[in-house]
Amino acid sequence: MLEILQQPWPWYVSGAAIAFMMVLLLFYGKSFGFSSNLRTMCSIAGAGKKVKFFDFDWRTQKWNLLFLLGSIIGGTIASTFLRNDEPLALSASTIQDLAALGITFDGQLNPSHIFGLEFATSFKGILVLLIGGLLVGFGSRYAGGCTSGHAISGLSNLQIPSLVAVIGFFIGGLAMTYFILPLIF
Amino acid sequence: MKGLKFILAGVVFGIIMAKSEAISWYRIQEMFRFQSFHMYGIIGTAVTLGVLAVFLIKKLGLRDTEGNPIVFQDKDKSWKKYILGGTIFGLGWALTGACPGPMFVNVGYGYFAMLIVIAGALGGTYLYGVIKDKLPH
Repeated sequence: MLEILQQPWPWYVSGAAIAFMMVLLLFYGKSFGFSSNLRTMCSIAGAGKKVKFFDFDWRTQKWNLLFLLGSIIGGTIASTFLRNDEPLALSASTIQDLAALGITFDGQLNPSHIFGLEFATSFKGILVLLIGGLLVGFGSRYAGGCTSGHAISGLSNLQIPSLVAVIGFFIGGLAMTYFILPLIF
Repeated sequence: MKGLKFILAGVVFGIIMAKSEAISWYRIQEMFRFQSFHMYGIIGTAVTLGVLAVFLIKKLGLRDTEGNPIVFQDKDKSWKKYILGGTIFGLGWALTGACPGPMFVNVGYGYFAMLIVIAGALGGTYLYGVIKDKLPH
């Protein structure tokens, strides 16, 4: 069993497992959406004293923070007990495109070129990671949800607004991939 | 302990995100370059099964484990905030290769540089709260 779980999971197993998680949370009386945790964290840090948007009873969101805590533990389990050291089966054309940007494919989940100590502690690296995060945080709150809230929960409930948000995800993602990344790297 | 089930659900979610490689910067790049079916397969399967599950829950009027009916809230019927917010989100998603869930899973995996991304995401969320009323919604 452990050996099967250690292999890279095929897309249909992963997709089915994600749908199962969404349904499980529905049966727990909750709705699957990860980015609201960021708002909750701002509230806990005291942002509600100054900004009305953060002035709400964050205790109602405690379940989602526990879910977040669990997801960090899940990441650790995946990188220890369920680790598989075969290189990621990335498409050859992506490897080639990234090489043209100067980003070498190292077979890991994330490139050391961006997430390694050297870049992540450089001025440019901190700026890139910080701004990237800022866009994700700002955008997901502005759009009222992220991939889990819109692309999974929203689309499963056939919400047109979620489809519009997902189209937005792609407009931004394509603009970054084709126009802005070459300027950064 | 009542919260334990949420921690366990989170653990399973984290494992799924990591083993599906959805937390991979490379996979997100591959997706935005349309060079592999992998991410589309994951999202497509999840949404197809999700649509079926939500349909059945509504059709059969299923209740949650507390005995309350499962209700679905409709999203507001505006489009500006979805397209504008979504586009800003997409820019960050392609740059960092991480949406809010995977950021945290990545930290657990050992990619501590994601803590900087998380700090940025908290800053971005705060910034939205501050200038919210000045934005088109």
